[in-house]
Amino acid sequence: MKNTTTAVKANKTVMVLLILGLSTIIFPLYMTIIIAFKQPSEMTNNISGILSLPKTWSLDNFREAMEVTDFWRSLKNSLLISVLTVVLSIIIHSLMGYTLGRNKGSKFYNFVYLFIVSGMFVPFAILMMPLAKQTAELGLANWFGVILLYVVFYMPMNVMLYSGYLVNIPLALEEAARVDGASTWRTYWKIIFPIMKPMHATVAVITALAVWNDVMTPLVIMAGSSQNTLPLAQLNFQSQFGTNYNLAFASYLLSLIPILIFYLICQKQILNGVVNGAVK
Amino acid sequence: MNIFSQKNDRKRTFLFITIPILALFVCFNTIPLIRGVIYSFTNFRGFGSYDWVGFRNYADLFTDARVGKSYLFTIKLAIVTTIVVNIISLILALGLNSKIRAKGFFRGAYFLPNILGSLVVGYIFNYFFTYIVPALADMVGLQSTSILASPSKAWIGIMIVCSWQAIAMNTIIYISGLQTVPEDVYEAGGLDGATGWKQFRHLTFPLIIPFFSINMVLSVKNFLMVFDQIMALTKGGPAQSTESISYLIYNNGMAGGQFGFQSANAVVFFIVIVAISVAQMKFSGSKEEQL
Repeated sequence: MKNTTTAVKANKTVMVLLILGLSTIIFPLYMTIIIAFKQPSEMTNNISGILSLPKTWSLDNFREAMEVTDFWRSLKNSLLISVLTVVLSIIIHSLMGYTLGRNKGSKFYNFVYLFIVSGMFVPFAILMMPLAKQTAELGLANWFGVILLYVVFYMPMNVMLYSGYLVNIPLALEEAARVDGASTWRTYWKIIFPIMKPMHATVAVITALAVWNDVMTPLVIMAGSSQNTLPLAQLNFQSQFGTNYNLAFASYLLSLIPILIFYLICQKQILNGVVNGAVK
Repeated sequence: MNIFSQKNDRKRTFLFITIPILALFVCFNTIPLIRGVIYSFTNFRGFGSYDWVGFRNYADLFTDARVGKSYLFTIKLAIVTTIVVNIISLILALGLNSKIRAKGFFRGAYFLPNILGSLVVGYIFNYFFTYIVPALADMVGLQSTSILASPSKAWIGIMIVCSWQAIAMNTIIYISGLQTVPEDVYEAGGLDGATGWKQFRHLTFPLIIPFFSINMVLSVKNFLMVFDQIMALTKGGPAQSTESISYLIYNNGMAGGQFGFQSANAVVFFIVIVAISVAQMKFSGSKEEQL
């Protein structure tokens, strides 16, 4: 009896601490929202002025920020790059993972597996300068080149995930289809690809989050294309905000809204995907 | 006959899949890697003609004060941030894994920082460090300058922003580790008098060591490659005190005319990353075997 009451008390303490801890996350977000709505004249240096709500909830800052950063075009580029990268990754990486996972006995395929997976250790810093040259030479210094690079960069991780997942899928399933006379290619798309659905979700989540928030690749590759992704637009237009922090914060908030909406809708899948990707 | 042709079909399909994908990988990973190594032996400025200089870039690297400083800064940042992040994440994960109400809500909320883009998060914190923190410090009568403006303290700002996002990720991995610990382990431990710190030290922690290793590898690698936060918070300043290796390679290699020299820097950086990753895996592998 005494034990349960101390346990309840302990849990209450944990609860209080967790709520207090949440302020480290909520406070920055609260500040971001109120600064984005305020006018420069409302920005005072005393503490009550800093924390107070804006006088009016006007959307003017957001309208202006959209114009300055060409928001809709950047959003379109970001969506295009993220969606195409995810789709291509699921198709290409699952095929590669399947091939390598089903040929564990072959020296050649084992070498290919190690070759690709060891790509995980290659930091972008060493590829950056040669890739900037190479994409320019090939006419790929644009969003399409960025997508191709992402498919290559996330290949080691995703191929490892897919070929690892394949261990759980019995060969007998494919053999049954083979007896019915189906080709390997057909069997893959009809049977294996649908079964790997949980892994597709994991790959989609980790690839999408990484691509959506990436700055370095588009910065290096698309520098000359006058195109922006959402994060890149924040970087490139930073100087135009000047000391108008309200405008800057409206722009920051705008760039965070799409991923926040995505998170609110698919929170469970995102948490599962991130954990699976890291732990597997 | 039929089985024979099906075996052939299987082999052909596998090759048909492998060749184009492998070609793509070689084209955008292996070839640029080799080109990077080749450039590191030249005095290429990023444009125009260039000459072979042998190992001169490498020799210069070890005497270049700016490069040395960036390695010291990056390694210091990676070590301190890894320690801070893993301690806080473990405590937070223990809290989030205890019997509390609204568990799902808390886990969701605490993970939020990780999904936000680190560049924008960096810009937001930049403003906080520059205006809000000094105003708060002023109120309680402390000195009121931005830590980002101080060469000796700017790295703390970067550490805080990196931690804010990384704690979310590491916590969620620790939680999934804690969930693998069966309830009866605690019950049995409780009978032997293992509670509180003792329980954590001797029961919980040994069981989640694989997850601890994952977090260590993830943290160290990510923090060594830090870039966005530097770009958003300090751009390497003040007085080049916060130039990370990636930032230096980008800044001087892409725009500063040191293409060849920074390629050599990148090659060394690559070797460092590989060495650290391999060492960590060997170390955590041997730790797991002992259990």
